[in-house]
Amino acid sequence: MIDFSILTKYSDFYMKGLGNVIEACLIAMAGSFVLGTIIAVFRIAPMRWLNAIGALYVEVIRNIPLLMVVYGFYLLPPVFGMSAVDGFKSGTLGLIVYTASYIAEAVRAGILAVPKGQTEAARASGLTYIQTMRYIVLPQAIRIVIPPIGNQFLNIVKNSAILGVIAGFDLMYYADKISSDTFQYFSPYLFVALLYLVLTIPISFGVKYLERKFSKAR
Amino acid sequence: MVKSFKRMSVLSLVAVFMVVLALAGCGNSQTPAPAAGGDKSAPKAEAPKTDAAQPAAAGGLDEIKKRGKLVVGVKYDTFLFGFKNPSSGQVEGFDVDMAKAIAKKIFGDESKLELKEVTSNTRIPMLQKGDIDAIIATMTITDERKQQVDFTDVYFKAGQALLVKKGSPIKSIADIKKGVKVLGAKGSTSVKNIAQKAPDATILEFNNYQDAFAALKAGQGDALTTDNAILYGMAKQDPNYQVVGGIFTDEPYGIAVKKGNTDLQKTINDLLKEMKQDGSYDKMYEKWIGEKPSK
Repeated sequence: MIDFSILTKYSDFYMKGLGNVIEACLIAMAGSFVLGTIIAVFRIAPMRWLNAIGALYVEVIRNIPLLMVVYGFYLLPPVFGMSAVDGFKSGTLGLIVYTASYIAEAVRAGILAVPKGQTEAARASGLTYIQTMRYIVLPQAIRIVIPPIGNQFLNIVKNSAILGVIAGFDLMYYADKISSDTFQYFSPYLFVALLYLVLTIPISFGVKYLERKFSKAR
Repeated sequence: MVKSFKRMSVLSLVAVFMVVLALAGCGNSQTPAPAAGGDKSAPKAEAPKTDAAQPAAAGGLDEIKKRGKLVVGVKYDTFLFGFKNPSSGQVEGFDVDMAKAIAKKIFGDESKLELKEVTSNTRIPMLQKGDIDAIIATMTITDERKQQVDFTDVYFKAGQALLVKKGSPIKSIADIKKGVKVLGAKGSTSVKNIAQKAPDATILEFNNYQDAFAALKAGQGDALTTDNAILYGMAKQDPNYQVVGGIFTDEPYGIAVKKGNTDLQKTINDLLKEMKQDGSYDKMYEKWIGEKPSK
């Protein structure tokens, strides 16, 4: 039932795919964290038009399928006269933009959870709004939002399989390729599923560990 | 709470590994299935040996004449060749016009024709059972199939080709050099062929030809490769794209008749010759393919 010869015969493909998944995910994690935090600050900044931009971003991106976001980056640039973005880049960009909308909501909830007195005291001491955010509110909010953000990072790894449909050379791309080359469906995908587990289970346990640690600290 | 959670997660991990081991236990490293690709080679599914008594419709030319109509198996889903037009409900295409020409040759009336839908898997059994008199369904002439049916002469020179944007520097397979991105469908024989004939090319594979064509339009690659029959269909959908360089593999389409039905085979071969001489073949080719057949 399980054909291990596939694993040895196509080990190059699996390793390349795994490498690309890790690269795409690390970039997407960093990118979506930064972008998500910026959008979150937009949503709660004391400026109406920034709130509107942040809310629009979250509501639009969060409510369309990831596949469409990724196809947008992959297929649309030439329509607007820009040069094409290859599968790996547009897939990673799509993951950043999509996940940022979820992270923005998590960070916003975290910021709102910081007692209002903290902000008021900081502002009263003469800190600007940005300084208050940077030195007082965000450091406290981050601790609250680590578990939900960890879950989003987990989703990035799983969602990265979307690179397979736009020739992004990830694990899913090679799994499709191997199975269509060998006419075997069970083994090639099983090995890929195990490789995804190797990536996600540590993150999952890490998130649980942090969750426990922070719930104790409170 | 925390403790029991920890125990649960350890238990579930153990369970996952046990399942994996159990599955591995049933494993055997049998050799992969024979590399049979797509339309071109699936002889097993098509080849039930039928030694049953001669069914009614299976006859030679005389029986077809007595019946008063020709029954031909065509595809209903292949653009340009045999395609059921969703707006008119009519089946139309190169293969269908070919069938009409044969009916006209036999009866002097192209309407004395019945079309039946076939797929790559059903067409040979249907012919052998006598449900249809001939198969005109983008069927490549192969040695395996010759053991089950008789083929006429080539009626369409099919083979792998390249589709590029008009004005592209790529004119033929010789222009596929290092750094050129070629798009294809995952697992297709055409992708394997291009990897052999242009080993320096970067090959991007997609789940189907529509995705690959979308990627070509989005500038994700320089050329798309598969059978010219499919490529002509795409070029018809979007006139900014064209098929270049002729075919670089040989997979000619033939019309299949029941083994031993030499009258019908000869009639069709004569017709093909006549049509090529009087120019009606070229006309038909141009009508569907959009250009003159390459000589």
